[in-house]
Amino acid sequence: MAVMTPTRLDDALEMAAGNPDAHLLSGGTDFMVEVNFNHRKPVDVISLARVDELRQWSEDRGAGTIFVGAGVVYAEMEKGPLSALLPALAEAARTVGSPQIRAAGTLGGNLGTCSPAGDGLPVLSALDAQVHLASTGGTRTVPFSAFMTGPKKNDRRPGEIITGVTIPTGDDFQGYSKVGVRNAMVISIASACLSVRDGRVRVALGSVGPVIIRATAAEEWVSSVPVVDASVALEFGERVATESRPIDDHRSTAAYRRHAVSVISRRLLERSNDR
Amino acid sequence: MSNNEIYTLTVNGRDHHVKDAWVGESLLYVLRERLAMPGAKGACEQGECGSCTVILDGKAVCSCLVLAASAAGREIATVEGLNPDGSLTDVQQAFIEEGAVQCGFCTPGLVVAVHKLLEENPSPAAVEVKEALSGNICRCTGYGRIFAAVDAVVAVRKSGSR
Ligand SMILES: Cc1cc2nc3c(=O)[nH]c(=O)nc-3n(C[C@H](O)[C@H](O)[C@H](O)COP(=O)(O)OP(=O)(O)OC[C@H]3O[C@@H](n4cnc5c(N)ncnc54)[C@H](O)[C@@H]3O)c2cc1C
Ligand code: FES
Ligand code: FES
Repeated sequence: MAVMTPTRLDDALEMAAGNPDAHLLSGGTDFMVEVNFNHRKPVDVISLARVDELRQWSEDRGAGTIFVGAGVVYAEMEKGPLSALLPALAEAARTVGSPQIRAAGTLGGNLGTCSPAGDGLPVLSALDAQVHLASTGGTRTVPFSAFMTGPKKNDRRPGEIITGVTIPTGDDFQGYSKVGVRNAMVISIASACLSVRDGRVRVALGSVGPVIIRATAAEEWVSSVPVVDASVALEFGERVATESRPIDDHRSTAAYRRHAVSVISRRLLERSNDR
Repeated sequence: MSNNEIYTLTVNGRDHHVKDAWVGESLLYVLRERLAMPGAKGACEQGECGSCTVILDGKAVCSCLVLAASAAGREIATVEGLNPDGSLTDVQQAFIEEGAVQCGFCTPGLVVAVHKLLEENPSPAAVEVKEALSGNICRCTGYGRIFAAVDAVVAVRKSGSR
């Protein structure tokens, strides 16, 4: 058998254990591009698209967390009840590709690919998400900051399936901002997610380093400033930019990325202040 | 281990058996090259153009990004199945009347996307139409006539005279 289509997570885990080299497939929006362009020649594939357990999300009010399954698609994050609970994730989801891509693409696939330009990832970083992995040997949970280890590299081990993420709720503000060459169907040149909870600001940056970067020094600084006004916001943006580590590539230059990340971080802080 | 897959796809309500396929074939490829359904078009094969749009389990997706064998057991609807008797739908008719077709390569994908949009949102605002069709690229028409066709369908459906 070459393409396996389990409908239960347990079956999928058995298949992954018996076939650690098999490619996992969710929405296919990253995987199939590689296959169509002959960058990947799959032999065995385990399609997770019909595993309902992975496609669920749920709120745990007592714990103050939301679980989002790896198979939840962007279309479900961008509107409806989930978007009200996680507005930054909704804003990020809305910027992904096109309606067709958002109908198929999943958060688990974004984590599986772990591109520094992945729009879901700065959100998971800024909101201190925990990533859940499962195998026939059991489950483990890794903070997002430890999960992403490099550009397109992560801590998933052979035979493991990402089952979802847990995100704390109750932020006073959260927002996502992305710079690209146009409004639809665009990979980010720079992005940022900012959240505020009990006066503590957290900001994570995408596309400006080998991994998602938390601007922790700027976070510390701005969280200790009593009143955020225009000049504080400006300085915050500049401080954030100094913590980015962008490169020149075919999409943009390091200098522009640094500038962009400073502007969007400033604006996000201003937005959090205006609410 | 053999690379030859045997599976069954349910397209427009009918089962089709696929034999001797390579595991990496996309749904777009299998529809066109193995099942003689060339309605969905392939231009970019990377999800950018939308000319391959089909409905999978009720959602408009790019068939070039669906691994065909993974679509076994799911409901697939293509442009060929919009009107079971093969006659033109109101959307297709409006595309013709409004001159929304030039080379026609993008048209099947757009027609599927417009049907999906109007099913979910019978009277979309202009910006909602643009958003809904942002994954369908047309190199010829400049979109004005496509939006006019959508407006025409909305007007006719509202007046109840379809
Ligand atoms: C036209 C186009 C536009 C795009 N635009 C954007 C954009 O704006 N922003 C953005 O962030 N991305 C974008 N992408 C990339 C892609 O849509 C996202 O990364 C998406 O989240 C991938 O999810 P998927 O379910 O389709 O993943 P798949 O392609 O199915 O899988 C991707 C990778 O993750 C692994 N994987 C999938 N699920 C799991 C799991 N449960 N456990 C372990 N590993 C798993 C797979 O093995 C594979 O290596 C775009 C892609 C296309 C084709
Ligand atoms: S051929 Fe599928 S989106 Fe272009
Ligand atoms: S009519 Fe030619 S691409 Fe749209």
